[in-house]
Amino acid sequence: MGKTLVEKIIAEHAGKEVSAGEIVIANVTVALVQDGTGPLAIKQLQKLNLEKVAHPERTVLFLDHSAPASRKELANDHMALRAFAAKTGAQLSDVGNGICHTVINEDYVNPGDLLIGADSHTCTGGALCAFSTGMGSTDVAIGMALGKTWLRVPETYKVNVTGKFPVGVYPKDLILHLIGMIGADGATYKSLEFGGPAIDNMAMEGRFTLANMAVEAGAKAGLIASDKITKAYLKKMGRVNKWREIKPDFDAEYERIIDIDVSTLKPIISYPHTVDNMRDIDQSVKDHIKVNQAFLGTCTNSRLSDWAIFSTIIKGKKLAPGVRLIAVPGSKKIEAELLKYGYLQAVMAFGGLILPPGCGPCVGVHGGILGDGENVIATQNRNFQGRMGNPAGNIYLASPATVAASAIAGYIADPREYTRVLRPLGTVPDPSKLPKKEVAKKAVRKRAPKTIRRRVVKKAAKARAFRPAKKVKAAKKRASRKR
Amino acid sequence: MLLRGKSHKFGDDISTDHIAPGRLFHLRSNLPELAKHVLEDADPEFAKKVQPNDFVVGGKNFGLGSSREHAPTIIKLSGVSAVLAKSFARIFFRNAINVGLPVLICDTDKINAGDELEIDLSMGTIKNLTTGTKLTFSPLPDAMIRILNDGGLVAHIEKHGDFKLN
Ligand code: SF4
Repeated sequence: MGKTLVEKIIAEHAGKEVSAGEIVIANVTVALVQDGTGPLAIKQLQKLNLEKVAHPERTVLFLDHSAPASRKELANDHMALRAFAAKTGAQLSDVGNGICHTVINEDYVNPGDLLIGADSHTCTGGALCAFSTGMGSTDVAIGMALGKTWLRVPETYKVNVTGKFPVGVYPKDLILHLIGMIGADGATYKSLEFGGPAIDNMAMEGRFTLANMAVEAGAKAGLIASDKITKAYLKKMGRVNKWREIKPDFDAEYERIIDIDVSTLKPIISYPHTVDNMRDIDQSVKDHIKVNQAFLGTCTNSRLSDWAIFSTIIKGKKLAPGVRLIAVPGSKKIEAELLKYGYLQAVMAFGGLILPPGCGPCVGVHGGILGDGENVIATQNRNFQGRMGNPAGNIYLASPATVAASAIAGYIADPREYTRVLRPLGTVPDPSKLPKKEVAKKAVRKRAPKTIRRRVVKKAAKARAFRPAKKVKAAKKRASRKR
Repeated sequence: MLLRGKSHKFGDDISTDHIAPGRLFHLRSNLPELAKHVLEDADPEFAKKVQPNDFVVGGKNFGLGSSREHAPTIIKLSGVSAVLAKSFARIFFRNAINVGLPVLICDTDKINAGDELEIDLSMGTIKNLTTGTKLTFSPLPDAMIRILNDGGLVAHIEKHGDFKLN
């Protein structure tokens, strides 16, 4: 019997063939904790007198949720994590370096790895075809110290994605649609395996968005096969030598197959207070939902292409009065790119506020907390009551494009209204790919003087006028040949 | 093991943000203080009402959301002896076992707020002393029973020096 992606990867780490349902002990390749879960993990190891890590070069402690620290208690937690890193040699990703799930995949995770993290969105690593799952502090603490963990090999739901993304529709809309379809507990204990032509053509950044939200359907992991696109990403990150192809077997056994044709999708909004509370944008526009705050950021949507889409839409526009926009790059690396390509500047010029790389307002620890009854449209992955610091606030989830459109309009708005500036997914120009000269030329090119333009127009009209004549000639020729 | 106490009823989709709100992030290294806010965003009075040995009874997908182990830990610290629900979110379920809090999957529609329950963990039965009905719950996987019996994952590793799950 063929194997699914999780069965293949877990088998390598368990040192034997495995099948769904089995409980195994598996070696851990990469482990992470963050500033909300790390202090408890350290305490558990202290209790056990086991203050060590099995693989210091692949164990990473992140200061990202409250970064920089918003209270003395949290500053003290940060100190404890720094001290643990110094003592054990584990890696420290300090304040401002970025969100754990963004940085870990930029710098550490490779196809076939087994990653455990004390944060539920650790599943993001599935985009690189790693078995990557969230656990609690004690589980990860033991995994860090012993270099292994216990797992139940999950059954897999195959998500088969076909069709082409319509203009204004993005992977975020796809994953919100899927969760709305199967429910917030629709894949509990299962692994999701995303495949099909629409995934084969999807850029790495979109794949991260999908894998990131697997847990919002209750899944243990969300994986995508390792292919040429994975290879290109690893190359960009400077470790193409770590790439290898991993595909599920053609006869792998899936518990369920879910088919989605993305060409039928519209932009999706997730209403408060559960992620599966899904509506399409037509409904939201009718509901005329006022926006008090707009938020671009988090481990779901804070990468270069998210900012590129956002900047394209807001170009030349102004933030609606009464709306505050908070934008947070996912990592220091991304921030540098955004600066280079002018996206950071574009958002500032629009009226946005930029916070340092990290989780920002996502979890309600500091910055961007909502007032009673206020609405936020956000690119994050979760809209639970109280999530952003106030149980009386309302969180609406959407793609960066929808957030941009809504920030301009002041109420939840349809990004397809901006179809003139939007292009189909995958064709957002990656500035790093444009030859330097062209970038420079575009920047200084001005419109030609009016007289010249008129001449060009006349010429074009003449050419058009000629065409029918040519056609007539050709038709006559053909007719004579027939005779 | 026999557990006896009163039921505190909650609805579906109780998230870890309901149980241990993100805005109390700074109390995470002060668990007794955090426990004073347990389940605050689902029932602001809960922490005051709960008595030792009581049960938390939820609907479906109890504990969804973040991986914060602080959520089951403060439920346990508040004196609750078990959580019953129609289904649990995966990470919460595993965390609860790791901190030594029994989590039982059963048909909670048959339990009302305030019902007096008697639970036999080894037999897998729940007696509703108020209504007279009897329920059963699905047994845990062996690996989890071992961890729970040792008193949680830290105690398990302390005892065996490694995982000893079969
Ligand atoms: S950005 Fe939000 S969801 Fe992602 S790790 Fe940070 S707090 Fe969690």
